[in-house]
Amino acid sequence: MKLFGRDKGSSGEILSGGESAIANKEVEGLSQGQIVRRRFFRHRGAVIALFVLTSLIVFVMSALDTKIGALRIPGWWKWTVEDIPELRYEDCPGGTTGCPTLSLNPSGAFGLGTHPFGQDDIGRDYFALVMNGARRSLMIMFVIGAVSGFIGVVVGSIAGFYGKRVDAVLMRLVDFIQTVPGIIIAAVIGKAAGRVGPLFLALFLGLLGWTGLARLVRAQFLSLREMEFVDAARVAGASNVRITFKHILPNAIGQIIVVITLIMAGAILTETALSYLGFGVVAPDVSLGLLISQYESAFTTRPFLFWWPGFFIISIALCVNFIGDGLRDAFDPRQKRRITKKDRLKAKVDIKAGR
Amino acid sequence: MLSYIMRRIGVSIVILFGSSFLVFNLAAYASDPLAELRLSTDDGARQQIIALTRDLNLDVPPPIRYFLWLKGVLGLFVGNLNLGMTREASSVQEELGYAIPVTLRLVLVATFTALILGMAFGIISALRQYSRFDYGMTFLAFLLYSLPIFWIAVLLKEFMAIQFNNFLANPDIPISWMVLASIFTGVFWGALFGGERKRFWSIFAGAFATNLLVLWAINLTDWYLNPGLGPILVGLLSGGLAIGVTSISTGVENKPARNAALSMAALAFLSYYPAQWVFNNFGSYLTIFLLIVLIVLTGIALSKIFSKIDRGPIARTAIITGILSGFLILTDRVMQSWAGYMATDAVNGRPVPTYGQRKDQLVTDDFWLNNLDIISHLVLPTLALILISLAGWIRFTRGSLLEVLNQDYIRTARAKGLNERTVVTRHAFRNMMLPLSSLFVGEVLGLISGAVITERVFGWQGMGTLGIKAINSYDLNLLMGVNLLLSILVVLGNLIADLLYSVLDPRIRLGK
Repeated sequence: MKLFGRDKGSSGEILSGGESAIANKEVEGLSQGQIVRRRFFRHRGAVIALFVLTSLIVFVMSALDTKIGALRIPGWWKWTVEDIPELRYEDCPGGTTGCPTLSLNPSGAFGLGTHPFGQDDIGRDYFALVMNGARRSLMIMFVIGAVSGFIGVVVGSIAGFYGKRVDAVLMRLVDFIQTVPGIIIAAVIGKAAGRVGPLFLALFLGLLGWTGLARLVRAQFLSLREMEFVDAARVAGASNVRITFKHILPNAIGQIIVVITLIMAGAILTETALSYLGFGVVAPDVSLGLLISQYESAFTTRPFLFWWPGFFIISIALCVNFIGDGLRDAFDPRQKRRITKKDRLKAKVDIKAGR
Repeated sequence: MLSYIMRRIGVSIVILFGSSFLVFNLAAYASDPLAELRLSTDDGARQQIIALTRDLNLDVPPPIRYFLWLKGVLGLFVGNLNLGMTREASSVQEELGYAIPVTLRLVLVATFTALILGMAFGIISALRQYSRFDYGMTFLAFLLYSLPIFWIAVLLKEFMAIQFNNFLANPDIPISWMVLASIFTGVFWGALFGGERKRFWSIFAGAFATNLLVLWAINLTDWYLNPGLGPILVGLLSGGLAIGVTSISTGVENKPARNAALSMAALAFLSYYPAQWVFNNFGSYLTIFLLIVLIVLTGIALSKIFSKIDRGPIARTAIITGILSGFLILTDRVMQSWAGYMATDAVNGRPVPTYGQRKDQLVTDDFWLNNLDIISHLVLPTLALILISLAGWIRFTRGSLLEVLNQDYIRTARAKGLNERTVVTRHAFRNMMLPLSSLFVGEVLGLISGAVITERVFGWQGMGTLGIKAINSYDLNLLMGVNLLLSILVVLGNLIADLLYSVLDPRIRLGK
């Protein structure tokens, strides 16, 4: 086995000695965080998605005015949701009104124009409406992710760490919540919560969405707490809290983050679906699902009212999904880099040279 | 095992009580069924309030009213189920009785199509890991994951129904579309089979030419106005299916299996005209069932004719070929009703509907027309559901198969000289199914909530529409009926998933 340099030569690795030499060399002397970061940035789709999502959030958040208490940060877009400018009639195809002025024709009127996404039926600027809706949807997504993530991790860790009776009781609670059909309960709450506002709706959806994560964290804790390093920590006199936070959670964090991204991607779809059915965000509040629902019937005559909110929903969900996939690959210890032809060649040269 | 099942059922019943109690009270306190009537100044409103309060026991506080409702549910055990009355004073059971088959039809068809397609794509994706096909499928899966179902449903309505119907009024495919579609098909098949560049281009050329030819022929003969396959095409396609099924099921080098499958295809070709007679005179579900039985018996007989040993796989190959060929003949028969269906007053030349699960105006005894009506209404909602659930199956199957292919027993199987087909279909495929079986139940349940939205977009009168109606009109009994059914499905589904797992995987023993 000396031939392969640093290969530890476990029985399973003999056949792929050359490849594991590459893999070992790659992570040599790096901390866990560095390894994960490197692997993540090698996932091209995830990096692009991260970039797109970040720019999208900045774009959406800065477009309109932001009010924090008395403080008011002005947005860069000229219209707001409250403005009702005059409806455009001129040069719209087929006698429709408020058609979009966005033009990508380089020879013609290239540029945004006054209403790039068009206007709704009473003349409100659709760009402002979509931005406002995207903002609301993003907020709901993050709140659901945070609430579900927090509850899921806490319940799962307690159940997995203490096991036995505590575990049995908590897992029946999970069963119980799973039995309550999510969409119905969310709709009932949503119907009542429409008057309370979208934040309340997000909190409630978060309270229902943590069960899968809790099961996963519990399973991780059940297997990790039997590990030798946990015994070692206990023998060294570490408290339960220290063992949980310093020894077990860091080992489970990868899967937890991945599931939370999945919850978030699902959350934005759940919110839009509920708003579409009329049980989520209700007018005068704006969300992407609500916009689609309002202008569903206008699709034949004014399709832009339908395309833009959909485009934003899909972009956000797609980015979150890709980031989740990148994180999964990055945290997976078994995930090896794809061995390219170049790597094989290099390994061969290395082996021949006895390095 | 039995004690385990009993214990699980016991726990489930307790959970069902708890969750229905929770939902009942939550819904009762969150909504006031009389709010609208109270605001009304009409004299009749007072009467209505009194009547509703009496019928629905609204004067009883919700926690206690729950037990009145529960008494009706428990009546099930003495053969007297009573889920209460809706606001319109009709029975909840009856409403559910109409709605359940509608939703089931939608969910079952979508589930099985998505399962088969998703598994096929997932398996190929995993076998060609890191190929262009794999990357394409991964992207497709993520894209489908991120699509809101109502959005895709509205698009389908616009482009597959309204525009397609417009197209049918004057059917003519522009040549540019034909070429584009053919390029797409060529790339798809080329990437699917993979291999060296030369192989890719030859497959691409073949698929491109075939597709172009077929589209051209379709366009020339106005096939979509009067579709059908005809005996020749049925025979050719059956022969192709026979080879295809054999090469996956036993490998074409297995001579008896190949011969049995080809004979089955020949029989399908020969039985084309007799089948027409049977279909025209005895069109019913019973006939179709009997024909399937006949195919199975024929398959077994063929395996006896062609081999003395190892008849199981041969019979299997022949039966699968027979059922697929039979399906072709059946499809052909349904297609023959197309022109008649288009001409009826109810359809009037616009066959793809955007609304409802049946055409009420279509009154006919014809078995084929009725089925064509069901199918044409089923197409779009099912397609929407398939699209969103396909992503999950592609990803699960791919991940699961990759996991299995890294196991030691796969290496052993390869090392002892088995060919790749046997390794994949015998050793990998069966083990890959284990984790999928436990996901199946969850996926179906997820699909039901997707069905709620699909029903709303396409105006189907199913469970989802009923649930939405119940929430909107504060109809507590109706809501509880829908809720009870869904909760029972979840509980049963989880139980079945666990049992299935222990049956399929001998390493897992429940309750010990």
